[in-house]
Amino acid sequence: MNRDARGGNPRLTHPLVRDGRDEPLRRASWDEALDRAARGLRRGRGAFGMLACARATNETNYLAQKFARVVMGTNNVDSVDRRSHAASVAGLAAVFGSGGGTSSYGEVEHTDVVVMWGSNARVAHPVFFQRVLKGVHGGARLYAVDPRRASTAEWAEGWLGLNVGTDIALAHAIGREIIQAGLANEAFVERATSGFEEYRALVEPWTLSLAQKVTGVPAPAIRELAHAYARAERAQICWTLGVTDHHNGTAVVRALIDLALLTGHVGREGSGLQPLCGRNNVQGAVDMGAVPHRLPGFQDVLDPDARLRFESAWDTALPPHYGLNLAEMFEEMETGGVRAVHCLGENPAPSEARRLKALDFLVVQDMFRTSTAELADVVLPATAGWAESEGTTTNSERRVQRVRKAVEPPGEARDDIDILCDLARRLGHPWEYAGAEAVWNEVRSVSPDHYGMTYRRLEAEKGLQWPCPTTDTVEPPYLHGRLWADDPALRGRRAPFGLVRHVPPVDLTDERFPIRLTTGRRLDSSNSAGQQGGSPRRGEFVELCPEDAERYGVVVGEKVQITSRHGSVVVSVWIDTALRPGLAFTTLRLPDHNDTDQPTSAARCPIAGTAEYKATAIRIDKLPLVTYVG
Amino acid sequence: MTVTSLGVPRRLLDLTLDGEPVRAPEGTTLLDACRAAGKDLPALCHVDARTPASACRLCVVEVAGSRALVAACSREAEPGMDVRTDTERTRHSRRIVLELLASSVDLSTTPGIAEWIEEYGARPDRFGTDAARLEREPIIDNGLLVREDGKCLRCGQCVRACGGQGQHTFALSVSGRGFGSRVGVEYDAPLTDSACVFCGDCVDVCPTGALSVRSEFDLRTAGTWDEPAQAVTTTVCGHCGVGCELTLHVQDNEIVKVTSPPDSPVAHGNLCIKGRFGHQYIQNRD
Ligand code: SF4
Ligand code: SF4
Ligand code: FES
Repeated sequence: MNRDARGGNPRLTHPLVRDGRDEPLRRASWDEALDRAARGLRRGRGAFGMLACARATNETNYLAQKFARVVMGTNNVDSVDRRSHAASVAGLAAVFGSGGGTSSYGEVEHTDVVVMWGSNARVAHPVFFQRVLKGVHGGARLYAVDPRRASTAEWAEGWLGLNVGTDIALAHAIGREIIQAGLANEAFVERATSGFEEYRALVEPWTLSLAQKVTGVPAPAIRELAHAYARAERAQICWTLGVTDHHNGTAVVRALIDLALLTGHVGREGSGLQPLCGRNNVQGAVDMGAVPHRLPGFQDVLDPDARLRFESAWDTALPPHYGLNLAEMFEEMETGGVRAVHCLGENPAPSEARRLKALDFLVVQDMFRTSTAELADVVLPATAGWAESEGTTTNSERRVQRVRKAVEPPGEARDDIDILCDLARRLGHPWEYAGAEAVWNEVRSVSPDHYGMTYRRLEAEKGLQWPCPTTDTVEPPYLHGRLWADDPALRGRRAPFGLVRHVPPVDLTDERFPIRLTTGRRLDSSNSAGQQGGSPRRGEFVELCPEDAERYGVVVGEKVQITSRHGSVVVSVWIDTALRPGLAFTTLRLPDHNDTDQPTSAARCPIAGTAEYKATAIRIDKLPLVTYVG
Repeated sequence: MTVTSLGVPRRLLDLTLDGEPVRAPEGTTLLDACRAAGKDLPALCHVDARTPASACRLCVVEVAGSRALVAACSREAEPGMDVRTDTERTRHSRRIVLELLASSVDLSTTPGIAEWIEEYGARPDRFGTDAARLEREPIIDNGLLVREDGKCLRCGQCVRACGGQGQHTFALSVSGRGFGSRVGVEYDAPLTDSACVFCGDCVDVCPTGALSVRSEFDLRTAGTWDEPAQAVTTTVCGHCGVGCELTLHVQDNEIVKVTSPPDSPVAHGNLCIKGRFGHQYIQNRD
């Protein structure tokens, strides 16, 4: 019961240090561990990277990025949330200026059309999906766009079962159909957007028949969705990992935003774009500036006003360029650009062990003795953000809510905030915070979007959504209402259409690797997050459609070898009628279960650095019969 | 674009409760109006923020002009209503209801019931020791949820929470009739073979503890469940970006139960398996 399901890692109860490269980790006092960490980091100044945590509180993430920027003098800070949200943030921020979902959950109950794109929310975000169902009961039409006919689709009026990796083609075809049918919201496009002519030219080739050929979705179904979405008074597009895990995740997000711009389905109550995050505080980590190009509150690292504000608040000089993002940091670990890393609450080792081993110095601050901790020079035992510390987290509807300490952490484990402050003090920065609230008040003082959220108000009002610039008012639940303002000055910057192209998946299927393996979640597997021992459901499987199972002559429960161009692994077979021939599904995080360093395709989204998890070409081999003797 | 949220404006209605004039917002039930006026009626099958089941009939009141007693948990307040909450007739009715319930159903884990039995002078034993009773063994067919038919009122709140009012899973239903009716899953299968997704929302709405989480059941069985000693803290789920609020019930520094605050703007009293049961992984105390 006391294990982390990420691989059955036990909780850390005291600090650990290593006396030499090949020595084992041994128990140490906090003083010794922190002294060593400080020494190692001091030497690593100039080649430092901070890996922040999408599960830690806002307060911890704020201090983590401040640690990188002020104590270590670098913008090299990023959170290990690349699988789930970076592409959404990058896409939304590029169009609208701030990287948050534009709607609130409540709006999905009062809208006319809901498009769940690449999101099996029924399973991945069940409580959100209940609210979608309320909308459906209220008369909203639901469409599911997903290669699998998953349980979300069971509630939908239409299911568009596209081929993996053809999202942009489908979105462009929908956009073209809307334009051709005269359903574009011309007034909105004219007043609030830019780049429409280029967009029109870009989507022009995507006729329904070409789209049918490329995406596998019948032309009438594409047409129906296009018309339903464009004609609706209010409409929402929601997406999850199915969109953002692609090698071109940011581009897919842009293609979806284009549809909202084309129809004016953004900036109004009930109309908007709603990405759903995989981790509890992905949104907060980004909001708090634990990203290489933004300071807290989405303020650009290169914006002179913002720089001035932070440099005087923090009494420091900020590096005048963007930092390295996660993918770049890992690359630079090989080339020597990053020599020392502080890894907070995340476990990149299963896919990045080789690069982490190349570091001069690695500090791991975590609840669990993960495989990353096993590579560390210093290991600092920390607390669970949501049950062992005070603070706040920010959910997918931008709602900041209080998390509270309910249990004492085990052994000598300490609060993330205390650990970071102690370390900063040892590196010459006398950080003193009376607690999480003091940290939060500093956040409020530097981020106008958070200024109005006092702890007292967060408690009384059961969370508040950003932006919240004043302490006595609330903003509308949706963002970017400005785009509808009559006064061009209020309307502000136009929202640019994203001119993105359909690129087929990098990892093509062929005779040797004929099956497309896609990954996702089942209800009781929460990515790599912890799971209880008593889980009532089955374990990890590769799921095939009945036709493919017959073709390969495999049955439920049989162990098979699945091989991609990057590695192979043995798993059991499950049969799922939601799948189609040529498409397999697994919740396995292949890297976690494989010996090779890079088993999934190594392509990354060039903008956000999201690794491609959604579309690996594989083959399935029966295992040789084994005869047991004796 | 700054607006101040005022909520939906609601008209106030004038009515009298036990002869005292009170005002209640339009759309409130008599039970809510009574509670707002500081009168606590016994109410068993009523769950905050849910559709009333009106099954237990403990909350009955007299309304002038209505011949039958009225269930306060489901009747909406109307202007000019003259409501009596504590009359000979209501007390008598509540006493009989308590006697019938307590003689046929195991109410040992029902909060508040002992006080009501005493308050109304109910004698559940007056039907003798051979009064019909649902005696059933607890059903423990998985590691998370326990079902104890013998404690079930057949109020149906769990069925609604599992179905169209919340989860939309429709794993639970009431089958059979009259005394033989019971809450179960299709074909009486083990829960693990049913449509159940183990969200545990049925546990939160069950008024008698007929549905419970395994951790609570085990501690009760061991005799170590100690509710007064438990600390209750509300925080936010650490499993996904939806961000549901969770109430953690902690005994001896262990999370022994997780419930969902009904007034949460995010989850409205619902959870999924991860929020409800996914806490055990942090509990390494040895
Ligand atoms: S199990 Fe509980 S909620 Fe369900 S019908 Fe019985 S008493 Fe009501
Ligand atoms: S209870 Fe379920 S839906 Fe809600 S935040 Fe937790 S994991 Fe997400
Ligand atoms: S509480 Fe009103 S009938 Fe049960």
